[in-house]
Amino acid sequence: MAVTPFGVAFGIAAANAGLATWQASAFSLFVFAGSAQFAAVEVLGGGGSAVAAIAAGLLLNLRSLAFGVTMSTALVGPWWKRAAWSQLMIDESTAVGSAQSEHRWRRYGYLCAGLSIFATWNLTTFVGATALSSGGDVVTTWGIDATIPAAFLALLWPRLADAGQRRSALAGGLVALTLVPLTPAGVPILASTLGVLAGGQRRREPEPATT
Amino acid sequence: MTATVVLIGLAAGTYGLKAAAPLLLSGRALPPVVARLADLLPAALLAALALVSTVTRDGATVVDARLVGLAAAACALVARAPFIVVVIVAAAATALARSLM
Repeated sequence: MAVTPFGVAFGIAAANAGLATWQASAFSLFVFAGSAQFAAVEVLGGGGSAVAAIAAGLLLNLRSLAFGVTMSTALVGPWWKRAAWSQLMIDESTAVGSAQSEHRWRRYGYLCAGLSIFATWNLTTFVGATALSSGGDVVTTWGIDATIPAAFLALLWPRLADAGQRRSALAGGLVALTLVPLTPAGVPILASTLGVLAGGQRRREPEPATT
Repeated sequence: MTATVVLIGLAAGTYGLKAAAPLLLSGRALPPVVARLADLLPAALLAALALVSTVTRDGATVVDARLVGLAAAACALVARAPFIVVVIVAAAATALARSLM
């Protein structure tokens, strides 16, 4: 149930960026990837182009490719089943699924975690998006605009336990901050990907971060 | 309109990334370089997003009370507070700083 406040926060962020309630809900239904949804909405709200917003979200989601590799041995069946199951490929479902030893239980854990988060995520997105439809001064008076950077920091936090991740975060953050006054909106976020070059050498297989 | 374009593009691209291995790869591993990059990218992007969303508003650079909120959020995270507390602390600290400025 840790996703409840996060879903509400996404709904608020989407409304804050000028999205209609149906658009916020469609993001949670069809994209279903928390941090990428936040990133795309943040770039959009900041005046970035559609291409920049999509690219920021996809780069953040490149890890789903690795999750897919982790889960693919357990997700066996007809192609249409694998196609439907794939929509649930997020950090939490991969973490729960890959913690099981037998293929059948890996699939079962993945599906249970994925489905319960899918339901909660969509419900709470809707609640958050409708809660903020009043908009205007409420956002600054109550400090709601500060919840978005706080949400990004909270997502980043568990990754900082590793030195390579810390270097990647520091370099990415510095590149972005330097470019903010110089480039159009959205570009600093994309340029921050250069931060991975400071991350250093490979040390282990990527593991899903539990948020 | 732009939001709908982003919605469709991001949904299609994200689904492609999620479904690539289960539908096409069955059993093979990613090249180590790709796996390492995919593992390091979120840290760089999330740090950039946290900082940029703190110091910009509608595309312009603005340093305001949100910086106080971000610092408060960091303190809450050091104290191992859950997500909801981190977000509320950030909002409350920002609102307080605004009322004092």
